[in-house]
Amino acid sequence: MFNTKKTILTSLTAVALLAGVGLFVAACSKSDTGIKIATEGAYPPFNSKNADGTISGFDIDVQEALCAEMKVKCTVVAQDWDGIIPGLVQKKYDAIMSGMSITDERKATIAFSDPYFDNSLITVGKVGAGKSLDDLKKPGVVIGAQRSTVASKWIEDNIGAKAKVNLYDTQTAAYDDLAAGRVQFVVADLATVIDWMKGKTGFELVGDKIDLNDHFGVGLRQEDTELLGKFNTALKTIKENGTYQKIYDKYFTAAM
Amino acid sequence: MFDLMSQWISAPICGLASPILPSVFANSCVRYFDGFWQTIILLILSVSAGFVLAMATALARLSQRKFLANVAAVYSYVFRGTPLLVQLFIAYYGIGSFGEEGLGSLLWLIFGNGWTVGLIILSLNTGAYSAEIIRGAVVNLPPGQMEAAKASGMSWLLAMYRIILPQAFRYCLPAYANEVVLLMKGSALVSTIAVMDLMGQTRTIYARSYQLEVYVNAAIMYLVIAGLITWLFRSLEKRLKVG
Repeated sequence: MFNTKKTILTSLTAVALLAGVGLFVAACSKSDTGIKIATEGAYPPFNSKNADGTISGFDIDVQEALCAEMKVKCTVVAQDWDGIIPGLVQKKYDAIMSGMSITDERKATIAFSDPYFDNSLITVGKVGAGKSLDDLKKPGVVIGAQRSTVASKWIEDNIGAKAKVNLYDTQTAAYDDLAAGRVQFVVADLATVIDWMKGKTGFELVGDKIDLNDHFGVGLRQEDTELLGKFNTALKTIKENGTYQKIYDKYFTAAM
Repeated sequence: MFDLMSQWISAPICGLASPILPSVFANSCVRYFDGFWQTIILLILSVSAGFVLAMATALARLSQRKFLANVAAVYSYVFRGTPLLVQLFIAYYGIGSFGEEGLGSLLWLIFGNGWTVGLIILSLNTGAYSAEIIRGAVVNLPPGQMEAAKASGMSWLLAMYRIILPQAFRYCLPAYANEVVLLMKGSALVSTIAVMDLMGQTRTIYARSYQLEVYVNAAIMYLVIAGLITWLFRSLEKRLKVG
């Protein structure tokens, strides 16, 4: 008699415990229905870390507008540039919005939304370092760029054979070395160069813009076609209703 | 120098070997080998400089002169107690930010590029660790040896040089070989200060293809270097074996 009672009690406890665990797991995964979006946080004005650790910038504002349009909860995740594509593929987050150019090489691994920004490259140097892009090929010149960017690929493909190229983990580090004088020129996306030059003296743009018909897009996993569709629809809407233009005007001046 | 190595060593090797190599490796073969040589040269130079530094530091640590012993202890403590990455960043981005005007053209020869900063920091780092390895071996020798050497009229330094250090060196070889392998792995961090060592090249190759085999290839090349180091020290151990 006692034994049966004991058995029943034990079983009940076990069931209750299991149910508890089940509920807990369910609760955890349920709160996870939003989308995680990765950004580098070192690429002003597109994305940069604030003093309090939060990330803001053009990418973040566009992302907030998109998520509001899609009516999903989005969380921003900081991720180093080098590992940003593998992280997406391994499902650490669901999308990348980090000033990422749509390139064929990246398309082999991930999918891109429609473009949300038109990009071109520019060269910046110390005043007097050079007048045209030919000066980048002079002997002894060292050119800086962020590793794994369209700019770094452009330098290596177009002047790499003649010049020494220093590649950095972040764009900021490349600028630091330009300021320190280790590199004479930095090639980077136009908007970030303009942003960096704000309030600085002693630096000037060299030569013309380098237009590679380059566009930034939202990076997504290739199998997430449904999410891709949602992003494209939302992007279309915010472009049509003026939200996108407002964000654009907030960050980019007529100088560009 | 590295341009020449690329042209005369890496390119011919890759030309010969590429038909039998897997495609991911063959496509970037010259880059891999350029990085491979940079890592090896960086290692040879920093191990040599580090060894001299380690000997001096170990002697200073063991000496009766308090001031020398303290300076050596502080150096060893600072470089063993901070991450290599932090040391590289402080030297390259920190001190380097003063620029040529701030540091003078002589210092700028060192701080003006990542390669020399990397070499100096790696040497200082391995110097600090190796000094402790050597000191440990010396301390573990029977004290009677030093006493006997001194009794037969040798000075402390001469006794160290003739009697103590040769034995200590034999004892610490396995530990020292381990330190060199650790240094080789640590050297990958110089890729963060714009040095195109094996890791720097690998990350650049990866940036163009996003294939994980890129890193597997690098791992194999690092294993080859580790194998070479181990083999070298094994043969050294065999040669120095007594009896």
